[in-house]
Parts: sequence; C-alpha cells; structure tokens
Amino acid sequence: MWRRRLTCLFGGEEKRVDSRTIHAGRGSSPVADAFPQQKFCDNRIVSSKYTIWNFLPKNLFEQFRRIANFYFLIIFLVQVIVDTPTSPVTSGLPLFFVITVTAIKQGYEDWLRHKADNEVNKYPVTVLEDGKRVGKESEKIKVGDVVEVLEDETFPCDLVLLQSSRDDDTCFVTTASLDGESNHKTHYTVPDTVKDVESLHATIECEQPQPDLYKFVGRMHIRRDGQETAVRSLGPENLLLKGATLKNTKKIYGVAVYTGMETKMALNYQGKSQKRSVVEKSINAFLIVYLCLLVSKAFVCTTLKYVWQNQHGQDEPWYNPKTQQERDTNLYLKMFTDFLSFMVLFNFIIPVSMYVTVEMQKFLGSFFITWDKDFFDPEVQEGALVNTSDLNEELGQVEYIFTDKTGTLTENNMEFIECCIDGFQYKNHKFLTETDGLCETDGPITITLNKAPEELEELFLRALCLCHTVQVKESQPVDEIDGVVLDQVDGFSPSPEDQCAFIASSPDEVALVKGAMTHGFTFIGSDSKSMKIRNRDNRVEVYELLHVLNFDPVRRRMSVIVKSESGEVLLFCKGADSSIFPRVRKEEVDRIRVHVERDAKEGYRTLCVAYKRLGNEDFARVDAELREARLSLHDREEKLMAVYNQVETDMILIGATAVEDRLQDRAAETMEALQGAGMKVWVLTGDKMETAKSTCYACRLFQRGTELLELTVGALGEGEGKREERLLELLLEYHKRVVHDTPPSKTGLHRTWSSPGQDYGLIVDGATLSLLLNASPDGTGSHYKNLFLKICQSCTSVLCCRMAPLQKAQIVRMVKSSKGSPITLSVGDGANDVSMILEAHVGIGIKGKEGRQAVRNSDYAIPKLKHLKKLLLVHGHLYYVRIAHLVQYFFYKNLCFILPQFLYQFYCGYSQLPLYDAAYLTMYNICFTSMPILAYSLFEQHISIDTLLDHAALYREVAKNAMLRWGPFFYWTMLGVFHGLLFFFGVYCVFSNPALLPSGQVFGNWTFGTIVFTILVFTVTIKLALDTRHWTWINHFVIWGSLAFYILFSFFWGGITWPFLEQQRLYFVFINMLSSMSAWLAIMLLIVLSLLPDVLLVALRRPRGRNTRQVLPRSPLCFPSIPHQVFQIPPVSHLHAHISSFLHASFLCISFLCPLSLFNSAVAG
Amino acid sequence: VMASGYSAKEEDGHHSGALGPAGGAAVRSRKPDNTAFKQQRLPAWQPILTAGTVLPAFFIIGLLFIPIGIGLYVTSNNIRELQIDYTGTESSSPCFACSQNYSWNMTTPCVCSVSFSLDQPFESNVFMYYGLSNFYQNHRRYVKSRDDSQLNGNLNSLKEPSKECEPYRTNDGKPIAPCGAIANSLFNDTLALYYNDPNGTETQIQLVKRGIAWWTDKHVKFRNPVGDDSNLTAIFQGTAKPVNWQKPVYELDSDPENNGFINEDLIVWMRTAALPTFRKLYRIIEKNSSTSPTLPRGNYTLKITYNYPVRSFEGRKRMILSTISWMGGKNPFLGIAYITVGSICFFLGVVLLIIHHKYGSRSSSADLTH
Repeated sequence: MWRRRLTCLFGGEEKRVDSRTIHAGRGSSPVADAFPQQKFCDNRIVSSKYTIWNFLPKNLFEQFRRIANFYFLIIFLVQVIVDTPTSPVTSGLPLFFVITVTAIKQGYEDWLRHKADNEVNKYPVTVLEDGKRVGKESEKIKVGDVVEVLEDETFPCDLVLLQSSRDDDTCFVTTASLDGESNHKTHYTVPDTVKDVESLHATIECEQPQPDLYKFVGRMHIRRDGQETAVRSLGPENLLLKGATLKNTKKIYGVAVYTGMETKMALNYQGKSQKRSVVEKSINAFLIVYLCLLVSKAFVCTTLKYVWQNQHGQDEPWYNPKTQQERDTNLYLKMFTDFLSFMVLFNFIIPVSMYVTVEMQKFLGSFFITWDKDFFDPEVQEGALVNTSDLNEELGQVEYIFTDKTGTLTENNMEFIECCIDGFQYKNHKFLTETDGLCETDGPITITLNKAPEELEELFLRALCLCHTVQVKESQPVDEIDGVVLDQVDGFSPSPEDQCAFIASSPDEVALVKGAMTHGFTFIGSDSKSMKIRNRDNRVEVYELLHVLNFDPVRRRMSVIVKSESGEVLLFCKGADSSIFPRVRKEEVDRIRVHVERDAKEGYRTLCVAYKRLGNEDFARVDAELREARLSLHDREEKLMAVYNQVETDMILIGATAVEDRLQDRAAETMEALQGAGMKVWVLTGDKMETAKSTCYACRLFQRGTELLELTVGALGEGEGKREERLLELLLEYHKRVVHDTPPSKTGLHRTWSSPGQDYGLIVDGATLSLLLNASPDGTGSHYKNLFLKICQSCTSVLCCRMAPLQKAQIVRMVKSSKGSPITLSVGDGANDVSMILEAHVGIGIKGKEGRQAVRNSDYAIPKLKHLKKLLLVHGHLYYVRIAHLVQYFFYKNLCFILPQFLYQFYCGYSQLPLYDAAYLTMYNICFTSMPILAYSLFEQHISIDTLLDHAALYREVAKNAMLRWGPFFYWTMLGVFHGLLFFFGVYCVFSNPALLPSGQVFGNWTFGTIVFTILVFTVTIKLALDTRHWTWINHFVIWGSLAFYILFSFFWGGITWPFLEQQRLYFVFINMLSSMSAWLAIMLLIVLSLLPDVLLVALRRPRGRNTRQVLPRSPLCFPSIPHQVFQIPPVSHLHAHISSFLHASFLCISFLCPLSLFNSAVAG
Repeated sequence: VMASGYSAKEEDGHHSGALGPAGGAAVRSRKPDNTAFKQQRLPAWQPILTAGTVLPAFFIIGLLFIPIGIGLYVTSNNIRELQIDYTGTESSSPCFACSQNYSWNMTTPCVCSVSFSLDQPFESNVFMYYGLSNFYQNHRRYVKSRDDSQLNGNLNSLKEPSKECEPYRTNDGKPIAPCGAIANSLFNDTLALYYNDPNGTETQIQLVKRGIAWWTDKHVKFRNPVGDDSNLTAIFQGTAKPVNWQKPVYELDSDPENNGFINEDLIVWMRTAALPTFRKLYRIIEKNSSTSPTLPRGNYTLKITYNYPVRSFEGRKRMILSTISWMGGKNPFLGIAYITVGSICFFLGVVLLIIHHKYGSRSSSADLTH
C-alpha cells in the first residue's frame, strides 16, 4: 500500500502519459525535443515500512486498524474512563503484551529490510558520465544513465542492453532471484549501438513500468552525426532486469530505463491477495455469536439492575451510600456506563489470547511442514516450503483438487521416443529402423521395406535441429561435477560425444534436439544471427536465422525462418497437431494423424513438424510485416500474433515426433489415496486429449470400468451453428445419465466411495469449455453452466484438456463459487498454472523444472506430487483437527470462565463485582490455561501419522468443516454453559453456610471466587487432558505444569501482602481455602461431575466406532489396538510395554482420584 | 469479523531477502533434521478411551463417593444448630418495639430478650453466629470502600485515607479511622446468652471474643498503627470515628490485644460475605468440663442490645448457635451431592457394563499402546 503510494508520489505526474521517453547518456544530449522532460523516481529501493521517527505512531496506527485490537483498545479505554469493576490492567496488560510483541517483531523485520535495502542501495556501481567512468552508489542511478555491469554482478536497475563484451552481441543472465529459473538466458544488444556507447545519442521510448517480467515494448531512436535517426525496436530480449545476474559475459553497458521502485522486480513484490481459511470464517461466525452473548448478558444485567434498584430500599441502603458524584450523574448516562461496565466485566469471553494462540499455532505449526523429512527430495535438494501459514488447516478440508499434468502428474523429463516421417515410423535407435507405419511391432523384425524419401527424412531432421530456441552451453571446459549438477537442475545432460549441453526453457525442445542427434543431425550452436548443424556426413551446415516466431500457449506452435547456405528461405514450424493440421495441406494430414493419435494414446507428447518455402517476395513482405509489428509500441502482441498466424499457413507437413513424459514417482498411488480421501481430482492440462486421457488412466484417475463422457469438439461434431444445440443435447443426456440414474445419496462425497454403481469420468476440452462458459449471455448460459457443474460434480474425475492458463483459473473459480462453496486446491509446477494456483483456496507449487513461478505464487510448495498425499492426509488433517479443537476449546473455556461471573451478578445486587480477583482474571487466559491448549494444538495426533497415511478415508471424517459446524459449536457451548452453571451453583450451595472452616470461621466473597476459579482451572485443563490422544512429554509437562503453576501462583499471590495493591483481597484466601475439608470435597465433586458427561460420551461413542470399524478395520479411533505404532517397541520389552500401558490406563483415573486419596489420608490422620 | 483483523503475513510483499543482492537464490537446500521432535514422532502415550477403560473409573468413583457422601451426611446431621430470628418486624416478636423505634442518635440502648429452649444438649464447643439477610456486603461500591493499608497500621493512610473510602473518608475535616462504608456499617448489636436454670436463676454464659477471625488477618493483615506512644488513644488522635459508630475504634474493647484495628469483631466484619444472606462468627462458647455439655438441654434467654437497623432494606437478623465438625458448620448439601453423584456413577457403570458385555467382548482393558 504504502509503497504504491510512494511510487505514485515519484511518478505521479507521468500517469497521464502511457509511454516514457528516456535520453540515453543524459549528460551529453541536451536535445530539445517535443517531449517534456519527464521525472522518474531514483534508484532507491524502499521495502521498509517505517523510519525511526514514524515507527511508533505508524505501527500503533496499523495495529489498531485491526478490528480485534481496536475492540480491546476500546474495552481498555472504557475501563480507564468509566468506573468499571476490573482495573484497566486486566485488559491493558494482555493488550500491551500483544501490541509490544507485534511491534517488536515488525520492528525487527523492518530493521532487516532497512539493512537489505541499504545493502542494495549503497552497492557501488559504475556509471558513464560524459564519456568517463564514474563510481556511484546504486541508489544514485538516474533513468537514462549508462551503467556498466561486470560478470556475476547483479543488475542495479532495469537496463536496456547497449553493448556486450561478447562478440556476438549477446549476454547471458540468470534470473534465479526473480523467478528461480537457474538456466542462462540470452539477451541481445540493441543493433547498431555497439560501437560507441560513450558518444551515444539516443532516445528510448518505452512503455510505463509494468510488473510482467516477460513483457517489454520499446523503441530506440539513435542519432548519429550526419545520419538519419535510426529506429530500433526493443523487446524483452533487450531488457536486463534488476535482480538478475550477469553470467558468462565479462562486461556489459546498458541504459537505465526503470529504476528503484519502478523496476519490474519491485513491482512484482507488491504482494498477493490474502487468502482466508474456512476456520477463520468459522471463528468470525462464532465470534459474532459470542459478541451477541456478551451484549445480551450486559443488557440483561443492566435491565435487571434497574428493576431491582426500584424496589424499596435496595438502591441505596444506609450501609452503602452512593458518592456525591454518583448521585449527580444523569440516570441515562448512568445506565449507559453501567452497560459498559458489564461489557467490561464480561469481555473476557472474547479473549485477546485466542488470537495470539491461533497465530502462534499457525506460525509454529507450519514449521512441521518445512521440517518434515518425507518432503525432502534428494533430486531438488529441498524440502517443502511454506509461503503462508494461514492456510494450514485448509489442507485438511480440500474437496477438489485441480492438477496440472505436465511436470505435476508427470515428471517433465522428456525422452525422445520415436518420430514419424511422412507416415513412416522411426523408433529411437542409433541407426534408423522403420517398421510398418500402422501395425506396431515390438519385436526385432525390422524389414526395411518402406522408408521415407531420403531428402524428406533429412528435411525433417533439419527442422528438428533448427526449429527451437535451445542454447548450447558455452564450450568452456565442462568438468564432471558441473555437468552433473546442471543435469540435476536443468534436466539436460552433457552429450558424451562432444561435451556439449543444451539449455532450453522447455525440456521438450532438448529432447527433440537430442532425438535428432541420435539420427545423425547435431545442433552445434547458434548466435543471434545463425545456427550451425552438423549433418550425417559430418559436414557443418550454417543457416542464417532470420526470424523466430516464438512459442506461445495460445498459438501452441513456434516457427523459425532461416536462410540456408544455398540461399533458400525456409520456414520450419512445430506445434501441437491441432494447431498444425488446419494449417497444412489436407492430403498429408491423414497419414500422419494415425501415428499422432496412436502415440497420444500411449501417453506420449506429440508435436507435428511442418515447413514452408518462402519465395523472395514472400519473405520480403513477411520480413517487413514482422519488423513493423515488432516496432509498434501498442498492441504489439496482437499485431505480432496476426502476422504469425498469417505466415504460418499453407505449410507442408513432414512428420511428427513423440516424446515420452514419464509419470511422477507414485503418482497413481497418490491420486488413488486422494480419491479415497473423498477428494475429486480434476486434471487441467494444456495437452491434447489422448495424451491426457492416457495419463489419467495411468494415474488410475480413470479406471477400467469408468464410463467416459466426452464434451469435446470431436463429440460435438463440425458445424459452427449446430454446436451449441448439440452441446445442450449432450449436457442433458449426460445429466440424465449421471445425476438421475445414480441412486440418490445426499452427500456426493460418500457416493463415489460407497455406492458400487457406475463411475463416470468427464472429458472436456478448452474449445467446448469456452463455448459453455461464454454461451449466449441470456439465461441459457447459466443453465449450461449449472448442468455442466452438476455433471462434473457427479463424476469421479474430470479431465480438462487443451486449457489455456486462464481457463484453468476459470474452472477453479466456477467450482469454487458453486453451491456449498467447496474448498479447492490447485497444484501445478509451471507458469501456466499460476493463475489457477492463485485462484484456488490453496495453491500448491511443485518445485519442478519449469522455473519457480508456480512455487513463488503458491501457498505451499513441495518437491514432488507424491508429497501431496502426506501434506493433505496427514498435515492437513492434523492441522484441521488441532485448530478446530483449539478454537472450540477457547470459546468453551472462556464461556465457563465468565458464566459464573455473570451469575454472580444476580447475587451481588448487579453491582458488577467481579467474582474472581483481578490477578486471576488476567492470568486465566495468559498463564493458567493457555499453554496446554497451545501444546495440544501443536502436537496432537488423534490418529497416528502412519494410520492417517494408510487409511485415506479417515480424511472424510473432518470433511466439510466437520468440527467447526454449528453442531459441534453448540455442543461445546452447552458444555461451557453446563460447566459454568455447575461451578457457580455448586459452590453457591456449599456457601449456604459459609462456616466451612473446622474452626468455625467463615469464608468471604473472595474465597467463593477462588473456589470457583480453582474448579474452573482444573476442569478445563483436565477436559483438555481427556481430549488429548497423544501425550508427549511436552503435553505432560505443560498440562501438569499449568496446574502446578496455578497452585504455586495462588500460594505466592496470597502469601504476601503486596505493597502495590490497594486491597489485599486474596491475602491467605487460597491457603485458608485449602485448610477447609469442605472446600476440597466441593472442588473434587464439582470437577468430577463436570467431566462426567465427557467421559460418558467417550464411553457411549463406541457404537459409532463399531460402524466405522466395518469400513476401516484398523482405525484407532474406534479400535483399541493401533496397528501402526508411533515408535517401535522392541520385542524383548513386550511384556514391559504391556505392563506400562496398563499402568498408563490407570493413570487417567488416578489423575481424577489423587485428590481423593489425599483426602482419605487426611481423614485417617 | 475480528479474526480477519489479524493476519500473520500482512506484508507478504516485503520479503527483504528477495530484494537483496543474494536474492531468492538463497533457498535452503539442506535436508531437514531427522529428530523425533521435528518429525512429530516424539514418543507418546496414546490413551484410547473406550467403555472398557472408562468403566472402572465409574465404579471407582461410585465406590469412593458413596461412602464419602454418607460420611458427610452423617457428620452434617450430627451437628447441632439453632437459629433465632430476632429482626422484630412482626408485632409478636419481642424485638418489635426496638426495631420500630430505632434511630441512630438514641442515647439509651434498646434491649430486647428472646427466650428459647434446647431439646438436646450441645456437646462440644458451640459457635455463636449472627446472620444477616438481604444485606449486600458484596456490592461493589461497598466492597471497594475500605483502606487496607490504613487497617494495616500505615500512619500515612491513617491521616490520609484512600479515595475509595468516600463518602466515609473524612468527617469534619478529620480522617475517619477506620474509613469506608464497610467499617462504618460494623454490626453493633450486642448478643448475650443466659441459661435459665430450672431453679429460676439466670446465669450468663461466658462468650469468648477471641479466635473468631482468621489468624493471618488478626496478626498480619490488620495492625494497629504504631506511634511514639504505646497508647492507642494518642495514636488515633486527630482521627474521627466512623459516622455510625457510637464509640471510636480505640475504645472497641478493653483488652489491648482486641482493640483498635485488631478488634476481631471488626476483622470479621471486614471480610465481606459472598452472598446477601450470610453469617458471621460472633462468639465462641468453649466447653469447660469434659463431663457436662457446653450447652445443656434447657431454657435460655438471648438478650439483644438492638442497635443495628435492617428494616429499611428489608433485611433480617438471626442469631445462630452451632457446633462444628471437621467439615465446618451444618451443610447437608455436600453429603447429598456426593451420594447422588456416586450413585449416578455406579449406575452408569452398571449400564455401561451391560452394554460392554453385550456388544464388545473384544476390547480389553489394555486399550493403550505406545
């Protein structure tokens, strides 16, 4: 927020202009032109929020902007201003604590940011000024400065590359710190600026800063003395981004275009929108209930107070006169302050500490994900990454999983399998073998009967060698280790023959180039203008690279235009079959299509290769169009796209390739487990239907018996006009089949598992989807959507192929906003998955090969798909149970804390006398009862980790926010009410005769409160102990420690007359209470009686357990012997284990009864 | 609404590390430690509560609580207690006249006597309480109205009482000692007990004033201010007596150990009661011989110096004679409650046992595993 404001401040006046003009080498070019001198911000990075001066006010302001803090502040102020029952300290201290801790944390973080900022801002750089090299601090760089950067240095701002020390006018950079892609990327100098950077007179026109790292549009006007101004287009390949590092290049010069907060990197760190978890929504709902409870309690008390005071003699009895000030106060004002006083008295029902505990639980709890060694992947050398801890529990609530295919379900480790040239199949061998084009022969029969014409074969291989953007790694000595590491990181391996390694953004391309290599054509290398290949005769062919028509996911193809040594201009195009077939001559298609379809069915990724000869005039025209499109400042993308589409027509299909992408390790097992857990898995992929379908079968998302429903272009048939009608027909038919025919069962979750009926799988493709979603804007559109959604939800799995990234997000949004708003999870590894990762409730990034974009935008990142199983089934489940219990318990314990205080008002003349001493009021939530629940919420495993992993269906037990729905909330509230009533009226009955000491002396009101409080602390703690199913030493320590601490504190607090206290209310109250046998007996009786319903419930829960047992024969929830033990008991100590477990069994009972036995011995004595 | 106010990572966009020169490349690449704690595999005891495990608890509780309850009930029943209401609102009551004609500035005290008889003798020490009803000693305004530091003998507080004591902080410019509404409303009826011998003589029963307050209150919390003079009168010089008191604090008792702030009647009164109906210990009748009961069966007269008005707030006054056991005064509640809870537990235990036998013979008591 603030930073954006800062950006506005610096760049405010240029908002109206949508491009900026920069004079390169400012100092030397006072050229008067039409452009007004624009102001740009300096190169200072400000990521810090505070300065030393504004820290206190600003931080306080920000903290109190949070509603909860504000609420507590108000309560505190009311306590200060109005004469309230509790001292302001009781709420001021916790609030002060929370605010201070937060302020310290934020201050520290900000200090770190200041340090990091300074490090960046004070970094020494070299700038050319008037032809001289001047050393500067990085923050002093102005837009238009020419900056020198040396190898392995980080670019200090966004630069347009002017000059490189390399011969081919390129430089290499890694953008690891920006998007995590560690491969080297090539950037190009602006043509014609190479020679004379010092005396450069140039103006750069470029768009205003925008966060997209991969987009840059600009134009450079180069003036030379006596020459006409030359105009060169600038693209992302000319732009060096701040944060990237220069590699393999000694030195470059560049002109600063975006500086400081306007660099793409800074713009990219604006932060993403906050995701909120269901639990938080539940908390808010509960909060409202409790707030209503609080207000109504205060209201009831106020009303009754005035009713009561109206009775004769009750308002102001002679023994208790009002002060003068009280008498003078206006009645209504008095009522109002009374109301506020009651609010303050009961405000502990919504405790500050709950927020602190929830925050701590989330923050600390998320460490268990990062620490989990099962998430460690030796290949990536990393474990899981938690980007937000707000969503831990959401992992246990997932209903829909949207997964990407490539790199997520599959490894994205491409291997060239075979190719097909002109209808003849070539398996991947050192020598060419060709088998019958149609019948597949796995045997060794290789009859060389049919073979594609030699020249066609070579053309195909040349196409493979030329049509790509692969780089050959510098021929510097590649030592073994380097090669190995690179192999792991980038997925290419140094070829054994000539020690060269390929670097590419897409592993497909490497696979293809390698595939061509095995067939005799080797790509040697390229510079910006030419490509070299070595052909079968070991002769090097050089092609002039004229244009690269880059790949994009919409076109789904890429092309290069090259000029061969013979002067022939060729266009090679490769792309998905669907994007190639319509653009080639019809007759060739059929022969190839058979292969493509078969390969796709095998699960291979297929690409078609086509070429086209361009005549000289043709090329001249294309060349001109491309240049023009590239130079345009506005809508460059669209214009380029139009030219590309126009060029890539009338091509000749040569062949197709098949590349295998193996399934990820344990992908099928993971998917099966997730489905078993009641989650629906949807595959959203850009790949073609056949490939995706076979992957789905391989992953067991579709089973043998699954009936597939297709909503694809193929199923709809040809003919634009009829498509919609046909679509509706299909929708209705499927709907009838899927929704109506299956036996009605309320919850969709259970149907897929329990009913033996037909499983359905749905396949939909991008085209149909856009038809569905963008169908006629009238009412039918939403009708289509509803039908579609219903079908989807009744299917076990859905496959969406041919998806554009945005469509993926659209699907996620559609499901997310459907009825019941199910929790969605997206998992993907590539940049094309970012949109759906951001859209879903939980976004998971796979640390795959396609860069770090997905990981950066995800909420959680895991190295491999298989880790998803543990992440959801174990961590998600446990976190959900923990936090749900935490929330319910917190509300419960504060309800039974405050209810006696409320009831006491009826017996103290509605005078707002607190039942408990101020120390107890303050410490209850902070010290006495906070640690056990925190420990519980961090360590509880109500079911052991292994059992959770083995029985995926256990996940369903907590599905649909099961523990935080109104039912459980009502149960907990009733429990709180029951306990509160019991505590108060139990002690009330005991106090009908306050002479409880054996000396005949009597107890006063503070003893009354202390007895209630003691029962309360013990009951809520033991209640938690009863709920704890996993007692580590920490739980033991914290639970028994809390109780011990309470007793010690009470001794201490009541043992001394504290000089700072105005009233020694609790002096010796606790100790005297302990000397009364009746108090002991009352405390024990009430604790036991309060916990009786819980224990009873445990005993009665058995029948339910029996049902579950039939499904899950070994669920520990209901079956006594856990097959999977948390740690192994060596067989020798078996007997010992039995004895100790028996001892433990009696422990719980003893924990109840030990006070009793104490009592017995006391009686005996 | 409120939870949304808190967000752990409000400033997601401000990861300074990513902006630094080292940048996001500094991703941790080390393997997570394989410690039991980090892997959530700490050794743990995992109790499984089933009917099998809970069952013994029910029986144990039942078997323990019922005898305790019976013991309590019997104890409570053995306690002799006698209550006499002497408020005097009814015209038939002997104290009717006193209660009607009451005014604060009466010169001659109004005395009334109530006769009663004991059917059974009170064997051990007898404790005499006064009881008040509808008297809100636990009203907040009232509870606050005291100065513990003054009562602790602090000389500064003696001269300058706490603000909380208003409106009983000063009188005629002089600080009130002890200040505040609680002290001001000290119960000042005098109760005297006479035994009417069958032969017609009336013997006053010895009432012990000491030992009615908590030991710590008497010796630590309440202290007389110490001055140069050992004479209490001199120390309290310059203070005023509470408005409703007839005599100043240093004349409460002739015994110097029971005078001033450490007067036990005052200390007992200063411990505010929990509920509007309460009793406070007034005197102790000690058993002097082991052979004769403390209060033999027979007729008694209670003579009340009626000073304390309760009619204005519809309160009532009682005199209670009670013996005491180890559990304190008479209170049948605990005994009954214990018997009830014990029986319920036992009953539930039986029911659960039946269920247990009928349905699950498989689950044993060794339901716990590691």
